[in-house]
Amino acid sequence: MDQVLQHFRERIASATSSGSALRIRGNGTKDWYGQELNGEVLDTTAYSGIVAYDPTELVITARAGTTLREIGAALSEKKQMLAFEPPRFDGMATIGGIVASGLSGPRRQAVGSVRDFVLGSVLMDGKGEVLHFGGQVMKNVAGYDVSRLLTGSLGTLGLLLEVSIKVLPRPFVQHSLQFTMSEEDALHQLNVWGGQPLPISASCWFDGQLCVRLSGAQAAIDTAIAKMGGVEMSDADKLWYSLREQSQAFFSDATQGVWRVSVPTVAAPLPLPGAQMIEWGGAQRWLKTGADAATVRAAATAAGGHATLYKGGDKSVGVFQPLAPAVARIHRNLKTAFDPAGIFNPRRMYTEF
Amino acid sequence: MNAPNEPVFALARQQEVVAALRAVLPAQAVLYNEEDTRPYECDGLSAYRQLPMVVVLPENEAQVVAVLKTCNRLAVQIVPRGAGTGLSGGATPIADGVVLSTARLNRIVKLDPYSRTAVVQPGVRNLAISEAASPHNLYYAPDPSSQIACSIGGNVAENSGGVHCLKYGLTVHNVLRVRMVTIEGDVVELGNEGLDAPGLDLLAVFIGSEGMLGVVTEVTVKLVPKPQQARVIMASFDDVVKGGNAVANVIAAGIIPAGLEMMDKTSSRMVEPFVKAGYDTDAEAILLCESDGTLEEVEEEIARMSAVLKTSGATAIAVSTSEAERLKFWSGRKNAFPAAGRISPDYYCMDGTIPRKHLAQVLLGIADMEKTYGLRCANVFHAGDGNLHPLILFDANTPGEFDRAEKFGAAILELCVEVGGTITGEHGVGIEKINSMCVQFSEEEREAFFAVKRAFDTAFLLNPDKAIPTLHRCAEYGKMHVKRGALKHPELPRF
Repeated sequence: MDQVLQHFRERIASATSSGSALRIRGNGTKDWYGQELNGEVLDTTAYSGIVAYDPTELVITARAGTTLREIGAALSEKKQMLAFEPPRFDGMATIGGIVASGLSGPRRQAVGSVRDFVLGSVLMDGKGEVLHFGGQVMKNVAGYDVSRLLTGSLGTLGLLLEVSIKVLPRPFVQHSLQFTMSEEDALHQLNVWGGQPLPISASCWFDGQLCVRLSGAQAAIDTAIAKMGGVEMSDADKLWYSLREQSQAFFSDATQGVWRVSVPTVAAPLPLPGAQMIEWGGAQRWLKTGADAATVRAAATAAGGHATLYKGGDKSVGVFQPLAPAVARIHRNLKTAFDPAGIFNPRRMYTEF
Repeated sequence: MNAPNEPVFALARQQEVVAALRAVLPAQAVLYNEEDTRPYECDGLSAYRQLPMVVVLPENEAQVVAVLKTCNRLAVQIVPRGAGTGLSGGATPIADGVVLSTARLNRIVKLDPYSRTAVVQPGVRNLAISEAASPHNLYYAPDPSSQIACSIGGNVAENSGGVHCLKYGLTVHNVLRVRMVTIEGDVVELGNEGLDAPGLDLLAVFIGSEGMLGVVTEVTVKLVPKPQQARVIMASFDDVVKGGNAVANVIAAGIIPAGLEMMDKTSSRMVEPFVKAGYDTDAEAILLCESDGTLEEVEEEIARMSAVLKTSGATAIAVSTSEAERLKFWSGRKNAFPAAGRISPDYYCMDGTIPRKHLAQVLLGIADMEKTYGLRCANVFHAGDGNLHPLILFDANTPGEFDRAEKFGAAILELCVEVGGTITGEHGVGIEKINSMCVQFSEEEREAFFAVKRAFDTAFLLNPDKAIPTLHRCAEYGKMHVKRGALKHPELPRF
């Protein structure tokens, strides 16, 4: 066995025997995310590197500690991309961290999220066993889709060692349009456009302005522009980059905490005080509010969704929306199955495991 | 040929279970006489048959809950069944078990063009969703070839794909929410009508779980706008390797075709007399490459695709100029299975997926196996996503042929795993490929799958003995776990 893996296995064995916790961490670009940080750091960056990348197969396989900078560079060279546009955090975010956190960026509305692109994974479980799930191919229904279950599990089920991710060609052309519009009108317009064959790849409404990005073949974009109207944006790339990197001013002042409210695109404007920024065609609503957690969660639930205290704020209210009892039971069972000693990122997701 | 086909349950047990189920279900929803249960003895994998002890047809969610609670209490095993079109025996009954058919849960609960979603009961047919959405210029994207008959509940169980999944994704990419009932009778919502849900992604692991984790009572699917136009290119190649390279070149050129299919010469010669699609029967490989979108977009993309295919050595290229012609070009591919049935008394359809770059090696391997097993094999290939459907032709009435066909199939799957692929791309494991799971997964990995099952189905009563083989079974099968991508004899030349 590889020396680094041997080391990981020893750390797991020793944590199990001493009953201590391990905090799985890449470059720590998302230390602020989740409920609690517990345990001694298990650094994944020693296990890095692209294992396989064949652009014509549309798949990249990389070790968990590989940075998005390295992956981005390899993909760019072949004019391909991680289509779900994960936040890169100056390129230092690791691929393992992105899969574990399950975070996606602006293009998510058009192409899907991290979990939609994860094809396979290699996991070290609580017994130090190396397990392979899924693979490098796009269609694969052999065994349960554990790789997608691990996506967004915040490292609570085990140590991700390697992931295989579907990649896509970069669009030939991108073009962004801006519209002056109220929140209500913007939400309506986004849903109307959503029902038409338009190449919309990102959207953002904030402070009376709706910005929409189009991606695809030149002909498709020309048709869309003629249909949609609006004003061409000059520095659009900057906006989409700042949304992807969450460096946009909205995120920087997070003393009150930034809520991420996930709702159906058709949900009416949320009846909550404070500032809102809307992405994903209406499905993702960022919120900075003076309202308390119970009020925010009640509004999200009433709208058919859920609310996460994404960044900052008082985490004692619970970062993630509480689970229904039967769902919580399945969570506990899965946690016990993969991590019987409870050593991996305990209480990072919910305080009960 | 397989498991016994006669009733093998104790009559007293049947009476006990029927009485308990009739206490919670209307009389017409509980079947137990042989003439009523006989139609449920197999699914699309008809070589395997087993008469079930009881069949139930619940009409609403409360009845599903009641069935599950009753079966849990009496420790009766349950096999959920959709339309019964599955090809891997996922719905093959258990001799002393209950088949739970979702046929009467067949209502489209809501179809909302504004949110582009439909809420449907599990027994609704795949195509019925697209038909209902059609007046709004929307459709449900996954289109398995059985879409006229297969149900959405079955699609969720199998994570069904279709010929357009390279661009539009599988069931897992097109389902937002599943409402299901656990073996304890708890109603659970997985996912929601937004784009994500809190906690672990249970929806993702539930999709494709072959009815082993819960019984679906409602599904919310995404609907997408219908493309304005679709056109298909039919290209001929004098060498399968060139055809495979052409597929790679199309993708390297930054194009994701709406459909990308390949047929070998055996397949095109098999279908052409049947459908007269105009296939070049001298070509070693025929490629169908589809573009969809707006009129302008399609024109631009077809030009780009044609250029790549020509550079890649296509010996002939034809582009459909009308919808009728597009359907004609596709008709051969879509009728490959019936055509196999026309030229051969029986055929056995395999479903491996491989990294596309190994296509030539796998096809040559299959050609060798034709000699070893003394059977012919036609190959159709979802070239865009690497999903290969070898059709092994045989005659079940010739002693030994079915057995040879099964062994031939298992050998193909083993080769798929060797080159870094998988034993099933879209048909599922069921009972058909359960032995091949021993080849693809290690004992620890299979144990992890069982752990997932137990996390949902604590009583281990839902479709047990499907999809995941026990250690004992693998030991009996006697084939080693093949390390992915590690060829058994790397020193031998393969091409």
